Amino acid sequence: MRDWALLGTVLALLSLATLGGQWLKRQTKMGLDEEAVYAFNSRIQAWWFFSIVLGISFFHPILTVVLFGMLAFWALREYITLTPTTMGDHRALFWVFFLFTPAQFVLVGFNMYSLYSVLIPVYAFLFIAARAAVSGDYRRFLERIAKIQFGLFVCVYCLSFVPALLFLKCQSTEGDESANARLLFFFITMVLFSELAQFVCSRLFGKHLIAEAIDETRTWEGLLGGAGATALLGSILFWATPFKNLWQVATMAILIAFMSSAGAITMAAIRRDRGEVRSGTLIEGHGGVLSRIDAVCFAAPVFYHVTLVFFGRAAG
Amino acid sequence: MLTETLLTLTARIISGVSVRWVDSQPDTCQRVYFANHTSHLDVVLVWSSLPADVRRLTRPIAAKDYWEGGSIRRHLAKVFNAMLIDRKEIKVHQSPVDMMLREIGKTHSLILFPEGGRSPGEEVGEFKSGLYYLGKKRPDLELIPVYINNMNRILPRGEFLPVPLLSSLTFGPPIWLEAGEPKLDFLARARDAVLSLKES
Repeated sequence: MRDWALLGTVLALLSLATLGGQWLKRQTKMGLDEEAVYAFNSRIQAWWFFSIVLGISFFHPILTVVLFGMLAFWALREYITLTPTTMGDHRALFWVFFLFTPAQFVLVGFNMYSLYSVLIPVYAFLFIAARAAVSGDYRRFLERIAKIQFGLFVCVYCLSFVPALLFLKCQSTEGDESANARLLFFFITMVLFSELAQFVCSRLFGKHLIAEAIDETRTWEGLLGGAGATALLGSILFWATPFKNLWQVATMAILIAFMSSAGAITMAAIRRDRGEVRSGTLIEGHGGVLSRIDAVCFAAPVFYHVTLVFFGRAAG
Repeated sequence: MLTETLLTLTARIISGVSVRWVDSQPDTCQRVYFANHTSHLDVVLVWSSLPADVRRLTRPIAAKDYWEGGSIRRHLAKVFNAMLIDRKEIKVHQSPVDMMLREIGKTHSLILFPEGGRSPGEEVGEFKSGLYYLGKKRPDLELIPVYINNMNRILPRGEFLPVPLLSSLTFGPPIWLEAGEPKLDFLARARDAVLSLKES
């Protein structure tokens, strides 16, 4: 019953957002920034995609893990394409793509938290540095290592915590089989809604830009307003979550909203630095996965961890 | 047929290639596609990026010493209908250009890498004169510049394991050898035509 209610709510929201986006696209007289409207619409598309994928998670958790694994692989591919690496990094990159990325998601699929929570930050990070050193190219060493490590961390490690939510055991929902799918659905809805709400609030009340050089549309008012709206929606969806009180849901929603904005602005900084020109011809026609999952990537590990600590089965 | 589909698919998946035609259209007329050369996959990549009907009529020029090494490579070379040229023994009365022209007849097109060998990194080396003689002996051939971007990072020189990054392939507008154009001027112009696609 609760599953269907959640699905229905999300579908209604999505349809509303899609209609709004299409309406904005037609408003040529309002002097809206075309790029911003495009970004808004592409976020809605991503939301549709995620919702369909998550619909699957109610029936088949492993399939969801596989899908996110493929998404991570693609995002990493885009990231490394945009990042200058040298010949000396080639072998390290090979193992990053064909060993660590699949291994991370296999471990998530088997719910081996103690392994997948350290595989990348410990084993992969040390391996990348050592492998690059063995190749004998010492120029810009730290810079190169940091680039690969950051890419692997954000695109693979962080993203893998999204399907990991499907295996997180919470105290309050013991025995409820679809509770985890609802938790995942709740998380994704919060992330994507916070991005949209942030965008709309920036448009309506935005005065103080956060970082003009990086993003001309993101404002402090948008961030706060977006977080508020997300908290409101979170409270409305209270019944779908494993959290016990209304204030807990609201706090979680605000946390997700802040992390999402942090992710989006961080990735925007990277894109700015690498230059859109270069990404243009290479990533064109591939959909730009990376720019659509940035918010999810930052919010996922934090949301997972906070939920685990305060609401996990072992917690008090 | 099956190997062709498989090969095309593998090349596309590994290289994540996006193909663009800038001021140019795929056509079955006789052409010489000339591209920068940075990776072993280049031959397969350019060939598989052409539409199927054009692909059937297009023969890549490949180095004999590499593509005759081992039975898999030999089979692959047969699948994409490669014309194997001996880089080491070029005889006077059996020049590669004559052989190419004889083989393509009045129907086929060619894929050529005028740098001769693969260049390290992103640089594009000086062009060898084959392209000039092709243009001189057959002025009706359309010479199409092709720029391959990022393949040097996917499978660099001396590596055998690919890293699946994204690449792009740009076909440009045709050039021809002008009447009385000196060889070096033409080769420099052809090289610029390839390089200019990098920015477009």
